[in-house]
Amino acid sequence: MSETPAPADDRSAVRTLARLWPYVRPVRVRLFTAAFVAIVASCVGLVIPLVLKWMVDGPVADKDQRGVWLGALYLLLLGIAEALLFGLRRWLVARPLTRVEADMRADLYRHLQRLPVAFHDRWASGQLLSRATTDLMLLRQFLAFPLTFLLVNGVTILVGVVIMLVQDWALGLVILGPAVPVVLMCAMFERRYSLVARRAQDQVGDLTTVVEESVLGIRIVKGFGRHRSQARAFRELSRTLRGTELAKARLLASIFAVMVTLPELAIGAALVLGTMRVADGSLSAGTLVAFLSTALALRWPVDSIGFLLAMSQEAATATARYFEVMTEREENARDTENAGDAADAGDGAAATVTAGAERTGGVPDAGAKAGTDAGAEAAEPVGGVLFDGVSFRYPDAPAGSPPVLDRIDLHIRPGETMALVGATGSGKTTLTALVPRLHEVSAGRITLDGRDITSLPRAELRTLVAVAFEEPTLFSASVGENVLMGAPDTAGEAELERALAVAQADFVHALPHGTGTQVGEQGLSLSGGQRQRLALARAVVGRPRFLVLDDPLSALDVHTEAAVEAALRRVLAGTTALVVAHRPSTVLLADRVALLSGGRITAVGTHHELLRENAEYAHLMSGTRAEASLPGPAPHPDPAARGAGASGAGCGPAARTATEEEVRR
Amino acid sequence: MTAPTTAAGPDEEESPQGTPTAADPTGAGSKGPASAAPGGPDAGDPFDRDALPAPPGATGTLLRSLLAPMRPRVVLTVVLLLVQQAAVQVGPLLVAYAIDRAVPAFRDGRHGPLIAVAVGYLLASAVSGALQYAFVAASARVSQDVLLDLRGRIFRHAQALSIDFHERYTSGRLISRSTTDVESLRELLNEGLQELVMVILSFVYISAMLLWLDLGIGAVAVASFLPLYGMVRLYRRRAGRVFRLRSTAIAAVIVKFAETMNGIRPVRAFRREEVNEADFRVLNERHARTNGDGMLEMARYVIGSRLVANTAVAGMVLWGAYRVAGGTLALGVLAAAVLYLRRLYDPIDRLGMFLNSYQSAAASLEKIAGLLAQRPTVPEPAEPLPLPPAPSELPGREVVFEEVRFAYRTGGEVLPRFSLTLPAGQTVAVVGSTGAGKSTLAKLLARFYDPTEGRVLLDGVDLRTLSTAELRRGVVMVTQEAFLFSGSVADNIALGRPEATREEIERAAKAIGAHDFIAALPDGYDTDVRKRGGRISAGQRQLVAFARALLADPGVLILDEATSSLDVPGERAVQRAMETVLRGRTAVVIAHRLSTVEIADRVLVMEHGRVVEDGAPADLIAGTGRFSDLHRAWRESLA
Repeated sequence: MSETPAPADDRSAVRTLARLWPYVRPVRVRLFTAAFVAIVASCVGLVIPLVLKWMVDGPVADKDQRGVWLGALYLLLLGIAEALLFGLRRWLVARPLTRVEADMRADLYRHLQRLPVAFHDRWASGQLLSRATTDLMLLRQFLAFPLTFLLVNGVTILVGVVIMLVQDWALGLVILGPAVPVVLMCAMFERRYSLVARRAQDQVGDLTTVVEESVLGIRIVKGFGRHRSQARAFRELSRTLRGTELAKARLLASIFAVMVTLPELAIGAALVLGTMRVADGSLSAGTLVAFLSTALALRWPVDSIGFLLAMSQEAATATARYFEVMTEREENARDTENAGDAADAGDGAAATVTAGAERTGGVPDAGAKAGTDAGAEAAEPVGGVLFDGVSFRYPDAPAGSPPVLDRIDLHIRPGETMALVGATGSGKTTLTALVPRLHEVSAGRITLDGRDITSLPRAELRTLVAVAFEEPTLFSASVGENVLMGAPDTAGEAELERALAVAQADFVHALPHGTGTQVGEQGLSLSGGQRQRLALARAVVGRPRFLVLDDPLSALDVHTEAAVEAALRRVLAGTTALVVAHRPSTVLLADRVALLSGGRITAVGTHHELLRENAEYAHLMSGTRAEASLPGPAPHPDPAARGAGASGAGCGPAARTATEEEVRR
Repeated sequence: MTAPTTAAGPDEEESPQGTPTAADPTGAGSKGPASAAPGGPDAGDPFDRDALPAPPGATGTLLRSLLAPMRPRVVLTVVLLLVQQAAVQVGPLLVAYAIDRAVPAFRDGRHGPLIAVAVGYLLASAVSGALQYAFVAASARVSQDVLLDLRGRIFRHAQALSIDFHERYTSGRLISRSTTDVESLRELLNEGLQELVMVILSFVYISAMLLWLDLGIGAVAVASFLPLYGMVRLYRRRAGRVFRLRSTAIAAVIVKFAETMNGIRPVRAFRREEVNEADFRVLNERHARTNGDGMLEMARYVIGSRLVANTAVAGMVLWGAYRVAGGTLALGVLAAAVLYLRRLYDPIDRLGMFLNSYQSAAASLEKIAGLLAQRPTVPEPAEPLPLPPAPSELPGREVVFEEVRFAYRTGGEVLPRFSLTLPAGQTVAVVGSTGAGKSTLAKLLARFYDPTEGRVLLDGVDLRTLSTAELRRGVVMVTQEAFLFSGSVADNIALGRPEATREEIERAAKAIGAHDFIAALPDGYDTDVRKRGGRISAGQRQLVAFARALLADPGVLILDEATSSLDVPGERAVQRAMETVLRGRTAVVIAHRLSTVEIADRVLVMEHGRVVEDGAPADLIAGTGRFSDLHRAWRESLA
């Protein structure tokens, strides 16, 4: 399907469903007991015709009225036993099966939270959601019903057939006649149904995605009066789904028809044969009644095989979809590996080659830089944040495409605030995402106070580094909880107030319940500026050693911005920070500025130095320069800028020319 | 948060009658859609609950309205099933005939009756098989069409509901309505309804047969329906409550799930994984508990009804066997009766399954009905008026706020009464601090909200009388959040004008300076924004949003913080585009960056919902008012 990378999975339904075992294991005793109880109950049902036979051939034929009472009493007792056993079965599985469903959902949620951000970039959340809901419900139903009853019905049919054969082997064989064609049809059906079922489930996922987007993007839909065309797109998808569902129904209908007709024909043949045998006296009337009664009692077990198989097939598809996500590797898996061999298995040789090439190219570069930049620090562990020959390309980027970030060398000294400036789309946000390891560097390394970030446990790393994202997301929780997310558990009211003060978020106190006001998905919706200030408060509340701010003031008005800047300046004084900046006012928070261009750091210096010496920087900051010659937010720096960049960053011009070419290609 | 108690709407006592799931008419119903207005959540806010208030009987009305258009096909389906069940139920009659007639006849050397039995059985099985196919296929068509209709209705309705609704009803809940809730109706239609009809039919057929075979046996069978009906009622009442709770519980799970996945970056960065898991566990457990409760209710029902059924069978066999032994009943009749009895109570479990899916579907339908009962607070006009032809060469249109006042319905005035005229072609910058009412002003002009009092006129025509298409040709708003839909970049730009050609799309992108980065994407304009290499930064997304607006080519353009993520050159490109491509359009620009003001003809300074300064930028800067202060602060920030 369009949204789902569906691997060609040739596993049989049984093997797919067997993957559920780890989840079923904890409840296996209950489940097996329940299946056993169901078998017993089913067999009790099969004994009833025998009692009838005994009554017809015995007390009824002998006109023994006491015997009739006794027979009826047997029937009643058997009936009560059957009812209680079936009830017991349901009672046994109710809690365990909801347990299994809940466990699987919790596991999925846990796993998804730990999958790389790159995975989430790739997967629409609607597809994930449909796995967590519809698919898991299908699985629970499968465990509750088809799994048990395929077994129970199999045993029931077997026992029933044995009973019939024992009563009269000729009639029994007649009844067994359709077994072979039915089994063949079922096998054929299973194969075809599984394909359609998978298609239908994927289409449901796509539909969910459209629904989700239309809700999340409602302002755009409305702003452009596009709700009709959205509805059209939705209608098309849901029509496709309807077509698939109808194809599914036609398959079901044919298997049902077969399941109804063939056994009925066999019963008819048995009736005719039986009548002839009763007539010539070789069979008792009671036996014929019991025989037909048994055959009818087997009707449901046989009939149901069709839909039980259909349900199992859907469950197998759901299982495959579930594990498709569950088998994705969690990022924790390679917590302490070195980034140098981080090339993903999927990336193949290309990435490895690039990584190798960059290693040889990048390291001397870094050495040169360290030499010119901070000679004293070269020998001992480097304090602050050091990007050392860092390259990055998205793991799913097409082979041969230029890396987003290419051999980045940058040193933020301890306590220093570095602004990161670059044209729209130059990779600033990507660079910031590398520090808390939301994405993994493809080559090179990043150190915090001399420690490679890949050698730190993620939890520790993310405690050291606090981030304020460009899109300030608030969670369904109170304002206070949202802010205190960034702090250790011991943090309290004092820290909260301090952080709110830094972010100039006094508006919080005017909310209906102050800092206890619920916000996010299920609460009050705040304006972009308000959310941004809370996100900023969240980033600074824990007094992190390292702070990454991605354009933290973009949605603030001038007065608030000035106030936040003043307060932020004090916070920044005590921390090492990387601040993505679009505007001079934000840049001025920083001690130095790094210019990101064409995937490389082309200049480092103070704002005024760069403004004077670097044409591209001047253009980005004022927008006034050479508007005629530059068509837009130009990604290609002009030669003058390159020259200035060289002096700033201390990189050889030859290396950069190569990069430029790579970028252009 | 969705407290578990909030969804237990209807009184238990009144639910089994008629439409069991209609919302409590006295409580939530009276609040009604009237309170669906923007504003902070207060104690009585119906939006805090998962189930929105719906008028009584809305669920039944909804179901009827869904089925009404396909009445002929529903009738056909039922007839198919009617005949099919008749064919199926012929079997035991043939058995009775065989034992009582064919056996003696065969002994006498007459083969006619036996041949009749054989032919009869052959016909019955062939007919029931063929009709089974026809019925399943036909009922699938009906149910799929109902689902198609319902999905479409929910979707269109959710799209038609006003922004204020969306600001308050969480997206997760809305998604849950159109996914899991529709899914439970699908189950009902796919398996449930068919079961129900089959169950009723076989009850009716078999009871009739039994009564015809022997009055006494038939009477016992009919009498046993009474306690069975009691069981069904009891189950419906108890399970109904459980299923409503369950549907609320799963909605809460979905909300949490969707929120986490959509905010995965901050989740990671702030190590929320464990806290989230704890929260999720609570919600998940709550769902598991109600889910288990539902299954236990089912177990209780199965035991009860089976007990009744099996007791009745014993009673009937006793009665029949007694009479055969006494010589007042033929053996064949008893045999047939016994065979029917086996079948009579077979569907009990299936009835349970139906009730199961019915209850869960009813709970879901109730919520869907509640959603569909929400009236858009910004309705489309019944008889839309056209915009007058543009008075001049220039495409801009005149905007008049006439005695407009805006307040949330829960109280809380945002904009006190004011009047304002924006001449055609004027570029107006609106500045002021957060909460001053700038966005509300923009939303009134874009008709995301309707004014509480007064009118907003576009070239003299009230916005409320314009059709959506006409309105969006007139007014387009670009907001700060630049959401991209899945699909190609070109598709996303074309959202502004779907019939636009590729050249027009590219021209729009070039005009705003977005062409270069789009062309550099792996597949250029055809790059799927959700696919490999389709990563697009926030600033680039805003450029795409602008290209979209350029393409829409409106008479009035509203930019609400639409340049916040752009860098300075990007902002320049936008300003350039406004001076060239958008020249002559009326524009309202809300921006914190005062750089925008440089291209404005006029500046409005807002404070506490009022326009406190109004004039040409140069005049205001030269003056001593707020704007002059603001501008000075901004110049200083540029350094």
